[in-house]
Amino acid sequence: MLRYAFWRMMTAVPTLFVVVTLSFFMIRIAPGGPFDQERALDPVIRANLERTYHLDLPLVQQYGIYLKNLLHGDLGPSFTMPEFSVAELLHAGLPVSIRIGGLALLLALILGGAMGVIAALYRDGWADRAVVGFATAGSTIPTFVVAPLFQLVFALGLNWLPVGGWNDGAFHNLIGPVICLMLPQLAVVARLMRSSMIEALHTHHIRTARAMGLSEAAVVGRHALRSALLPVVSYAGPAAAALMTGSVVVETVFSIPGIGRYFVDAALNRDYTVVMGAVVVLAVFTILFNLIVDIAYTLVDPRVRYD
Amino acid sequence: MTEIPVSAPAPVPADTEGQARSFWAKAWQRLRKNSLAMGSLVYLCLMVLACTFGPMLVPNSYDKIFQGYTRVPASLSAYPRPEMIGPAIEAAAGRARLDLVDWAQTGDRVTAHLQSTRGVDPRAARYFDRSDMLENSTLDPTSQTEAVLTARIERHHFLFGTDATGRDLLARTLIAGRISLSIGFLAGLVAMVIGVLYGAISGFAGGRVDQIMMRIVDVLYSLPFIFFVIMLVVFFGRNFLLMFVAVGAVLWLDMARIVRGQTLSLRRREFVAAAEALGVSWFQILFRHIVPNLLGPVIVFMTLLVPNVIILESFLSYLGFGVQEPMSSWGILIAQGARAMPSAIWMLIFPSLFLTSTLFALNFLGDGLRDALDPRDA
Repeated sequence: MLRYAFWRMMTAVPTLFVVVTLSFFMIRIAPGGPFDQERALDPVIRANLERTYHLDLPLVQQYGIYLKNLLHGDLGPSFTMPEFSVAELLHAGLPVSIRIGGLALLLALILGGAMGVIAALYRDGWADRAVVGFATAGSTIPTFVVAPLFQLVFALGLNWLPVGGWNDGAFHNLIGPVICLMLPQLAVVARLMRSSMIEALHTHHIRTARAMGLSEAAVVGRHALRSALLPVVSYAGPAAAALMTGSVVVETVFSIPGIGRYFVDAALNRDYTVVMGAVVVLAVFTILFNLIVDIAYTLVDPRVRYD
Repeated sequence: MTEIPVSAPAPVPADTEGQARSFWAKAWQRLRKNSLAMGSLVYLCLMVLACTFGPMLVPNSYDKIFQGYTRVPASLSAYPRPEMIGPAIEAAAGRARLDLVDWAQTGDRVTAHLQSTRGVDPRAARYFDRSDMLENSTLDPTSQTEAVLTARIERHHFLFGTDATGRDLLARTLIAGRISLSIGFLAGLVAMVIGVLYGAISGFAGGRVDQIMMRIVDVLYSLPFIFFVIMLVVFFGRNFLLMFVAVGAVLWLDMARIVRGQTLSLRRREFVAAAEALGVSWFQILFRHIVPNLLGPVIVFMTLLVPNVIILESFLSYLGFGVQEPMSSWGILIAQGARAMPSAIWMLIFPSLFLTSTLFALNFLGDGLRDALDPRDA
């Protein structure tokens, strides 16, 4: 297992390298630069700035410097927010995004899993119809519609929750963003769980378990659930990476200082290093969670082995 | 059923009417039984018609600014409200440098007494015409310093209310639908063409070419999606045409994977081997045998792709990358509505309703098509 994990980490290095390289050149080739403002900078100041950040060097040489710094764990300074380094920005924003995204994912997995199992057990009953309807609605209505409506009803109408803000992660401030972030994931998880559970309930080993007179709870909980979990587990990996690296819409609507908003603003302002930092974080998260998913596979399904 | 001579060797025994039908006719038959999918199809057709011709039919243009009616609520009855007329006359009189003494309304007409120490010029009537609430104004001087204004009240309907700059939201929602829907369908088409060609070539060529082509797809997958889209939009600027090429160029990856998988299995079928044995060129095999057989899954995936494109476009517009004012799209309207929310709910509700109902209809239609085209699953 450890050897497998190590091997997977090693194969992730080329992927990471390609992603970093592509992103680096893509954002550099995009027209405009970090110091383009409405009022043109004094040429001397501009030249000084560009020299400080090595922007005057040929692109390939800049790429070399960036790679070297990256290998030393240095993500560089932010261009548009000179008082912060990229690492500091990530350090401030990432925990916020991870907290909201992690909670949303956890709730989506637990609630969505439960909903999917119930729907599969009472197939074509009213509970099933309700779950399927909910899943359709949840995956159809975009977050940027749900989030303002949520604010309208629960913050402005009923006055139960604050409209937005982070407030150091107070419980009341977390509810809105977590629910809005969770709903589409909940829909997908419920749908996946339902269909894989229906499939699992039709397999031979479940029939055998029933024939042996096991209780329904044991049949469903111990035997069916285990094989039905696989698609959900493989979905959870990429979903976790996407959720924990910040959602632009939720962070904007609820004015939360996560990294999703930084990322979009940085891409708009050509804050090269911040964009690259966000890309690296996202890629690392994706690779990491895919690895965790693959290891989780072996725990859920003993047929899967990596030796 | 017509009588077939028994002696005639019928290559396909047409036992029943159903069997003689083509695959597509059967699929259509199955689809027609699905009332939810058919309802969605009708709804989508209506929505397309409304967004195509609606902007020409609604009384107000999408970019006409009614300064007197900023953020007025949606209403079935005509504007102006009775309580809006007085202030409007007063404001217009103020611009004409006249003092309002009193005013009265009889039916559709208003009469007002105005005065000014500097004398009243009848041409000042144009100040009242300029107001969005009055028309056909005439100023009759009754004395050196006084005049009587008679004007018709201009009636406007704002079924969906108006936005923050006083534009008719109904017209704007419809014109925004035009943008959102056309981007959805055209970008979907772009993604489909790229995806089908790429996937079919990759699956058909096989071997090392397939390996390399799919590795490229993998790498593009691992790039952060939003980053990719934003970069493309930044590259192409705010050009409407290039915008959906960019969106389409991002969304072809899933299509390419699906098509490749299908092609791989088609590639091993007997009719492809037969065509190869007959010496048909690979180009012809690809377009005569492989691509037509891909149509089913492609169509199903297309109906799932179009709502995704519409969501993506709305999302980009929401972030501020979309088409430029006075043009609009549903995403832009929703973003504006979200900003104006506590005071002007209608600005959020109506575009959201249009967007989500369209997405629902597309999803239901897609589900129906999947059931119709893939009878094993039904």
